[in-house]
Amino acid sequence: MDLLVSLTINGLATGMLIFLLAAGLTLIFGLMDVLNFAHGGLFVWGAYTGVFSYAWSGSFLVGIVVAIVTGLVLGFITEKIIITPVYGNHVQQILITLGFMLVLQEMIKVVFGPNGVPVSVPGYFAGSWEIGDVIIIKYRVFIIVIGFTLFAILQYILKRTKIGLIVRAGVMNKEMVQALGINIKRVFLLVFMVGAALASLGGMLMAPYSGVVYAEMGMEYAILGFIVVVIGGMGSFSGSLMAAILVGLAGSYMAYYVPFLSLAVNMILMAIVLIFRPQGLFSTVKG
Amino acid sequence: MTSLLKLEQVETYIGQYHILQGISFEAIEGEVSVLLGRNGAGKTTTLKTIMGLTPASKGNITFLGKPIEKLAPYHIANGGIGYVPEDQGIFGDLTVEENMRVAMRKETEEAMRKQDYVLELFPDLKKFWKKHGGHLSGGQKQMLAMARAFVNDSKLLLIDEPSKGLAPIIIEKVMEAITEMKKHTSILLVEQNFMMASKIGDTFTLIDDGRTVQSGEMNALIEDEQLKRKYLGIG
Repeated sequence: MDLLVSLTINGLATGMLIFLLAAGLTLIFGLMDVLNFAHGGLFVWGAYTGVFSYAWSGSFLVGIVVAIVTGLVLGFITEKIIITPVYGNHVQQILITLGFMLVLQEMIKVVFGPNGVPVSVPGYFAGSWEIGDVIIIKYRVFIIVIGFTLFAILQYILKRTKIGLIVRAGVMNKEMVQALGINIKRVFLLVFMVGAALASLGGMLMAPYSGVVYAEMGMEYAILGFIVVVIGGMGSFSGSLMAAILVGLAGSYMAYYVPFLSLAVNMILMAIVLIFRPQGLFSTVKG
Repeated sequence: MTSLLKLEQVETYIGQYHILQGISFEAIEGEVSVLLGRNGAGKTTTLKTIMGLTPASKGNITFLGKPIEKLAPYHIANGGIGYVPEDQGIFGDLTVEENMRVAMRKETEEAMRKQDYVLELFPDLKKFWKKHGGHLSGGQKQMLAMARAFVNDSKLLLIDEPSKGLAPIIIEKVMEAITEMKKHTSILLVEQNFMMASKIGDTFTLIDDGRTVQSGEMNALIEDEQLKRKYLGIG
């Protein structure tokens, strides 16, 4: 029982980190019809700038804020320079964002060095709670709480605020949104920046969880992010959360019970969903 | 008679297709101007070109004396032109209330008063306020689309085929609504249903193969059997 609880918490925490990456991806695809393979680069830049700020200031909160700001700034630059010229062309989007992903990855090595950087869990989240025979690692609970809180906030914004309604309307009919007097390009930019900030925050939160940051981690987690978006349904926020939890839990359980399948489990999940429900578990930004 | 909107030799391409090849007409303030023509004549493209959704490649479009042919659609809408597309453009996963909220540029007291007025005009919308747009009937969708365009202070409403696919009794309601809206705004209407167009239209512009054939008073067209037979297939 204690093992099952530990594996579940581990899986949920991993799922939440993947959700932060996938949430931006699904919004960017749902609203802007853009396949952004550079998303992993934003994740890893958030991780590095956050970790270095954390080490410099001694404050984990400063690291989080710097990671979010990095995401917003990089999101702005990426949308304006990389994405704007290739709207409406998926092949060009894949090629240019994949290329930009590699540039971002290599720039990490130039700026921060080629070796991985060890990261410790901040003091107030270090250690664990023992409840009976069950050991619960504090930092993983923190990640789960952050993940659910952000999901609730984003859901509130999408469902209750004017900008959220505009985003959802834009996913359904961009032309009509413009004809109602709304500058959809500005909405695109905002969504892209928020998506990038979520990815960067995910990178920063991942750092103490995995204990090390390295340039290639962006690509590794971006693939998981895409799998989650496909399973959850392109453009669905709730779908991304469900799929991220599913992928996180499946990875955690399989790594322990069926280790030889642990690397393949995500692909198997995606294949099953694509066979029986090609549009994903959910679809469109319904919340 | 103040000219509100003026098109001069407007041409538009959609992809490689030369859809509009010379559209010229004027919409006068306080009137319902009707664009008439057969299927594929270019009526819907004309409205989309005015809105900037399929931008003009040649010619001039002026609204309140200012050129708008190079402006983005949201600029044109904010400048005072409301648009009700042929497919109504309802956001199906949003409720009627949310559709109205997206449309309302500023949630001021004045805008809320306008919304109350629109809801009196279309009581069905009030009744189905919390219902998703995708679950409304065709007539209710048309009413919602018109209400959305009307809720802001548009000086001109472009309405594309409001009677399309609707039952006769609903068409009557839509006609009544347009007649009422005419008291507050000018309207440029695309309509295949000549009975409806002739009842509510003040002026007409006939379009054929992407070109303006003739413009004039609606009463003159009603009496011109030859023109109606040649370009509208009626009479």
